[in-house]
Formats: sequence, C-alpha cells, structure tokens
Amino acid sequence: MSATTITIRLYATLQGYMPDNADHYPIQMGASLEHLIKSLEIPKDKIKLLFINGVRCGLETIVKDGDCIGIFPPIGGG
Amino acid sequence: MDKILRINMGPEAAPSMTTEGVGEYAGLGGRALTTAIVAKEVPALCHPLGAENKLVIAPGLLSGTTAAMSGRLSVGCKSPLTGTIKESNAGGQAAQMLARLGYMAIVIEGRPKDDTLYKVLINKDGVQITADNSLRLLGNYDLVDKIKSEAGDKVAIVSIGPAGERRMCAASIAVTDMEQRPTRHCGRGGTGAVMGVKGIKAIIIDDAGQQMRQPKDPEKFKAANQAFVAGLKKHPVTGEGLPAYGTNVLTNVLNEAGGYPTNNFSVGRFDNSSKISGESQAELENQRGGKGSATHGCHKGCIIRCSGTYYDKDGQYVSKQPEYETVWAHGGNCGIDDLDAIARLDRMDDDYGLDTIEMGATIGVAMEAGLAAFGDAEAAIKLLKEVGDGTPLGRILGNGAAVTGKVFGVERVPVVKGQALPAYDPRAVQGIGVTYATSTMGADHTAGYAVATNILGVGGTVDPLKPQGQIELSRNLQIATAAVDSTGMCLFIAFPVLDQPETFQALIDMLNAFYGLSLTSDDVVALGKSILKNEREFNKAAGFTAEQDRLPRFFKKERLAPHNVIFDVTDEELDSVFNW
Repeated sequence: MSATTITIRLYATLQGYMPDNADHYPIQMGASLEHLIKSLEIPKDKIKLLFINGVRCGLETIVKDGDCIGIFPPIGGG
Repeated sequence: MDKILRINMGPEAAPSMTTEGVGEYAGLGGRALTTAIVAKEVPALCHPLGAENKLVIAPGLLSGTTAAMSGRLSVGCKSPLTGTIKESNAGGQAAQMLARLGYMAIVIEGRPKDDTLYKVLINKDGVQITADNSLRLLGNYDLVDKIKSEAGDKVAIVSIGPAGERRMCAASIAVTDMEQRPTRHCGRGGTGAVMGVKGIKAIIIDDAGQQMRQPKDPEKFKAANQAFVAGLKKHPVTGEGLPAYGTNVLTNVLNEAGGYPTNNFSVGRFDNSSKISGESQAELENQRGGKGSATHGCHKGCIIRCSGTYYDKDGQYVSKQPEYETVWAHGGNCGIDDLDAIARLDRMDDDYGLDTIEMGATIGVAMEAGLAAFGDAEAAIKLLKEVGDGTPLGRILGNGAAVTGKVFGVERVPVVKGQALPAYDPRAVQGIGVTYATSTMGADHTAGYAVATNILGVGGTVDPLKPQGQIELSRNLQIATAAVDSTGMCLFIAFPVLDQPETFQALIDMLNAFYGLSLTSDDVVALGKSILKNEREFNKAAGFTAEQDRLPRFFKKERLAPHNVIFDVTDEELDSVFNW
C-alpha cells in the first residue's frame, strides 16, 4: 500500500506550526483536513481559510495523495 | 466643520479666495461631499485639465473628532485618466487638521493664466496663497523638507510631485503622515494632474491652537467610540493580522487561491511569491529593526496600525512599508521578487507623486511590449526614473497602462475606463471583476472589495471561481463603501463591521451622537445609493454607457492558470448591478 503524502503551507501567525517535512507530509489514506489539523496540533479556533489545490474547502474534505494544502488564520488587507 | 474654502486660480484674475457657509451641502462629508460638489458644479463634458474642472478636498464626517480611524481625506474631480467622476482618498494627517480648522471642503476652481506655482497655507488665522516658483519640479520629499524648514514639523502637507506638475494621468496627491513623510497618496485617477494644472504645488495645514471637534452628546459619543475600538481590537484581522503583517499579508493567500496576477495578468500564480510575501517582509523588517518598522499608524487616531517602515540593509529609511497593491504591482505583476527593489520603486512613486498601482501595471505592459524583461528590477527602476525626469518615454509611461499599451501596440492591457486593474485577477476572483467593470471609478478594488467575501471569508463566503452571487456581493459592497468613504473612516473598519453587527452599530451610534441624529442602517444604505446614483448620472452625462462597464475582452477569452478559468459573469448581469 503506497503512502499518502501531501504538501503543506501554513501562513502568517500559523507559520510556527510548520512541520519539517511539510513538502512530503505523510497522512493516513482517507484522512480529512480536520485530521490533518489535529496531527499538526493547530488549535481549530486559529484557523480561518483552508485551501486544497487553490480551492477553499471545509474541514470535512478528504485529502488525497499529492494534494497541496494551504492554511491561513483570519487575514485581510486591501 | 461649517465652512467651505473656495480658491479661484483664474485665469480672469490673480488667485483669490472666499470662505462661505456650507449651504446646500450640509450634512455631507468625504466622498458624499466631493461627489455632490463635482456632480453639481463641474460640467460633465468639460476637459479635465481645463478651467471648468474643480478639485474638491474634503475630510470625512467624523474627521477631527476623537473617533478612532477617522483620518481619511477625500479628493474629487473629473478624472483626466478615466474621464469619469473620481474620488480618491488617503490617510495621513491632513483630514484631522483640516476638519479641526472648521473646513468641510476646499474647492479649487479655474486655472491660472500662466505657469506660476502657488502654495496655500491654512491655519487658525485664515488662508494665504503665495506664488513660489522655487518649488518647481521638487520631488515630494525635498518639497516637504523645504516647507518644514519654514512652517515647522507639526504641519500637514498635501502636495504634488513633478508628475502632477507635468499633468501626467497617473499623478497622485500626497499627504504627509505622522513623521511628516509624503507617504500616503490619493493615488487613483490622476488627481495630481488636476492639482498641477491648477498651479497648486502644496497645501500646508497647521491646526495649532485648534481643539478636537466636540460631539452634540459627548457621553454617548465616548461610549460608542469605546465599543467601536473594542470591536476593532477583537476582530483578528484588525486586531492581529494587519498590525503584524500589514496589507501585504494578502500576497500568499491570493497566490494560493490562484488569483495573483503575474507577468501582466498572464497567469494567476507567481513562483517566487514567498520572497515578497507579507510574512517575508515582516521578517526582514523585524530583522533590520528601526522605528515603526513592522507596526505603524498612518494617522493619529489609528489603532489598527497596518503600516510599517522600510529600512535598507544599512538601516537607512527607504519608504513606508510598501502596501500589498504596490508589492504586487511592482513585484509579481512584473515578475520581480526583490523586496528592496520594490521599496525603492515605492519611494520613487511617492517622490514623483504617482499611483503605484497604475505605475506597476504600466511597467508590466511595457515589459510585455519588450521594453524590459519580466523580472528585471533594475530595468523597472530605470523606466520609472524616465517618468520622474519627464523624458518623452517617461511621459508615455506616466500617463498609464492604457496609453502605454496603445503606443507600443500591446493587446493585453488590463484597464477599465482607462484605469489599471489592481492586484486580483477577475477570472479567479469574479466578485472583484464585477466591481472593476461596473464601479463609477474605473477598475478599482476598494470601491466594492468583493475579495473579502470571495477569498477571505469575511461577511460570508461566495465562490470566487464562479459567476453565482457576484452581482449581489459587488452591489452591496459598492453601496456600503460609498457610505463609509463619506465618514472619514479607514476602509479597514469594514472587516469588523462586516462580521460584527455590534461594531457596525457603534459606527452609526458615533455619527448619531456626534451630530444629534437618529440614523439607522437603512439610512447608511440610502446614503451609499445616493452617492452612486450621483456618480452614475455624471458619468452618463460625460458620455459613458453600459459598453464601458465591461472588462477587457481577453479576460473572457484567455483561460487563467492554475484554475483554467475565464470571467463568465454575463454582460446582462453586469448591467443589473445598479438595479435597486
């Protein structure tokens, strides 16, 4: 059984939670974004925006092999 | 604020002034006031550089009070860039001081019979207008230094650089910040050219001896302001994100979302975006240190402090922390990934008095034309220097992306009504595409900042990659923004105001307590609608039709990677934005 690995980017105030293996982060097959966040130990209330391959997704979305994940706290600008 | 200062620059006579009561303009401020005056008093068919155009400068309804965030100064006219009505606003110190001196607006009319340059001094004793040709072609930084040596370091200065004097359509009007640096600009639409053709180089505002404007109900006002401040601090965008990272925090999220216009709007992601992100910028600023480096307010009374200060590797001041729009325009849009180069370009724009968005988009078009390679920062700096020097090439570039595209035969020119698109690709952020197409201002992001809901999840969520929901989103934000633009409030209050009803209520409570009114949120909406109606009517009289409420064709034909999307809101839908 091949492992599922994904790329993770954590931004702004979440940068401190980046794992060393962010470019090849192993995750269980069928895991959701919610599982991922738990495994990275990011408090849920710090998270606002979740992207999988550039598209915003909810916590329940299942992560697939090769996905690029981007996670942001609440941010704004103009 | 109970008076309007009218300055008539001629040509029938030498410059003269009158101060009058506000008359029919009572109850208006900021954009509501500039639009009312321009719509009523400026013939819609006039030449923007002619004597019939007027330049209106107005603080907002709450400027000069103790209300937090109330330092925005609005400038209005018929735009030489777009030919539409224009309102552009900036932070800095001028709005607070002008309001405390009692001026609702300054209206500059006519144009001088020759090319004499004037400076205007406004203080508690009155107004003086003096010829001063020694100021000719000074950059804004040297100009401020010269004025400081005569007028002291507490005055606010509203000025133009050589770009405005040369009547370039990308010319801005600069406003000095708390350090008396000319870093906050009324950027969009060439208002600097109108100030230039009217012969005014600088307006010096000295509110020494003046008090804060007093509310009708001080207790209610204080309580409302406290609730307002609490709301701003509580919301994570205004309370944490903006002070830590500034507006450039947007680079990574727009890039992630695939809507970051790269290499003149040819692709939606920039490979080197992380080098110029807000996170990298903050890290660099913190490393280099210096006063106000990563957190800095542009006006007294700002509690968000989204700005910062950019020092070079030797600790020398370069510019204020470049904003997201500037970092995009001079960075990813031109393929440039060097923060130091971007800061230099920002300083040059501020010094020459130019809109950073228009200049970055223009250099991107120039690169597409082959004048420089994408990514070549030194070449970009050389091109911008031509603008500052007023060379023939500089005059082309200084008149913006549309003119440059025409002169060099470029098809991919990202403009609406002649004004360059800001830092969000409309194919991947379709709500902002609707705003770009339909705003009375030309392609403008602040006019109806759909990015908040399309990308940032503020005020709900609307999928940025599809046309559904975008019309309503843009419409509601355009209405709300026109109202906020009248209060003197920084638009970033919108983040807490859109998410926290109690913060929106606190803003209304402040207006009511200050003026002794009983406004409701319906009145705020009605104000926004009436401003847009005024602006739409002016534009119609100026010759604009539905055909100009469109994006350039390539946004509908050329798919944007990575999402492979085109802008597919229909023309019929665009024409329904103002149906209410």
